Amino acid sequence: MKPFMPTRQRQAAQAAVAHSSRRGDGRSAALLLTPFVTLFLLFFLAPALQTFYLSLTESSLTRTNAFVGLANYALLVRDPSFWASLGNTFYFSLLTVMPLTALGLLMALLVHRFTRVQGWLQGAFFLPYVLPISVMTLIADWMLQPSTGVINQIVGGQTAWLADVDWAMPVVALGTIWWTVGFNMLMLLAGLRNIPRELYEAAALDGARGFTLFRCITWPQLRPVVGTALLLQLIVSLKIFGQTYILTVGGPFNTTRVTLHYMYETAFTHSDAGYAAAIAMAFVAVVVALSLLHALLRRVVAGRNP
Amino acid sequence: MKQPSQLAWTVVGVVCSVLLAGLWLFPLLWALSTSLRPEHETVSAVFHWLPRVWTLDAFRTTLGAGNLTRWLFNSALVASLVTMITMAVSLGAAYAFSQLRFRGRALLFGAAMLAFLLPFEALLVPLFRTMNVLGLINSYAGLVLPQVVSPVVIYVFKQFFDAIPGDFREAAVMDGAGPLRVLWSVYLPISGNIVWAMAIVTFIGAWNNFLWPFIIVTSNEMMTIPLGLTQTYDAFGVRYAQLMAAALLGALPVGLAYALFQRRVTQGFLAASGLKG
Repeated sequence: MKPFMPTRQRQAAQAAVAHSSRRGDGRSAALLLTPFVTLFLLFFLAPALQTFYLSLTESSLTRTNAFVGLANYALLVRDPSFWASLGNTFYFSLLTVMPLTALGLLMALLVHRFTRVQGWLQGAFFLPYVLPISVMTLIADWMLQPSTGVINQIVGGQTAWLADVDWAMPVVALGTIWWTVGFNMLMLLAGLRNIPRELYEAAALDGARGFTLFRCITWPQLRPVVGTALLLQLIVSLKIFGQTYILTVGGPFNTTRVTLHYMYETAFTHSDAGYAAAIAMAFVAVVVALSLLHALLRRVVAGRNP
Repeated sequence: MKQPSQLAWTVVGVVCSVLLAGLWLFPLLWALSTSLRPEHETVSAVFHWLPRVWTLDAFRTTLGAGNLTRWLFNSALVASLVTMITMAVSLGAAYAFSQLRFRGRALLFGAAMLAFLLPFEALLVPLFRTMNVLGLINSYAGLVLPQVVSPVVIYVFKQFFDAIPGDFREAAVMDGAGPLRVLWSVYLPISGNIVWAMAIVTFIGAWNNFLWPFIIVTSNEMMTIPLGLTQTYDAFGVRYAQLMAAALLGALPVGLAYALFQRRVTQGFLAASGLKG
């Protein structure tokens, strides 16, 4: 209807819109935003600030006691349990970030290539991702049973995988890879679909095919998406808690007790909310620092080949 | 004609696909095979891939004993409430951020987007204390409320609204519609797809949430499925046919939702990851 409107009439209409929106906007915005702002303040902003404040106090789970300055942080940097938990967290990340991204890429390439069965293939890879964590842990626990588990039937041993100091974390990592790789596949698949067809057609005219196409077109085009996938996966991996808590409760000998597990124990088992808040702050610092580092690296790389 | 190298790649691809798809489906199929046996077969010294005697006993016992049906009900209730409230709150906020001009808009939106950066896990202790003060520990309200603050959903809706041509709004305002009316009868009807996608993703996320119920729930009757399934040793003992039946029953609703709405689900997850609208 708009294209047929004479210019003068249209200007008047636009003025009317601008006027009426300016008049009613404030009140409507207040009405529409009040629910969100209330919930946001109560359940995000206030807790965020409170985490920082608590970390400067000596507090129990329900009671805030004396202000102690940076004492909790001083304790933290000399706490071997904290560093061990951070080490375990990074070990888990090492075991998951690259494999999840590489396997996700392989799956995305397969789904992208075999268009006739892509619904089924994508479904098989993605299905575990929509299931609750405890479905994964229950099945993993059953498959990993020392004498009746199917894994030991296949490999022909009696290993108690989840109680083994060397095997516990890798096995948790494997369960996690099965459970979450679908998401990485999905992201990378979206990246693949965004690559313009003409690039492939032009390269094919030049005689490129097979792996050359991947190396010269797919990979350079996909690299930013792979970078994002790696970072997102790193952050998700650092936040590991449920898998180890349910499957091993941090054992054997605390070899799978990760940072969030240590924070949970400090707060809810030992009722030391002040110290737990300091752990939370340190954890946030690590996550934010890595995100910033990633952004910085990207800028450097982008500056090198514009 | 196909080049030999191309054919070789195709063969490698087919082998990889079959292998990986089989590997990825195997745990679920194995759980199913376990759940369809009588309990004594799961501790039998002789290994069998398939049940010797097929039976639904494990499912019957699981549904009859313990709180499994209660956990399913709790999950359905909590996930539905979280989804409905998140959609209502986020649509309103996103529309205000996208289309209305008011003081403090940029500041407020920036603050909301801060929540992207801060992991929810860092808020657990103060959130628990807040719930304690409000007397909401171990309650449905306590389970639902912290889950409805979702900056990602607001961001996705705002992006979508930003892309709608201003003509739609102009036409409605010329007809004398106020801002709320415009949201309701102009913006919502054309946002059906994205609202659907985000609603399904929010529902699956809330259904699967483990961490928050783990913190806030203190009694067996208030547990949701992800949490309850970790308590099954107490409910059913170490009986793997029943445990696998319970796991499959807990997986069924979300698995079914995915099977029915595969495209919406993938679209929603992609939008939520901030990569694609």
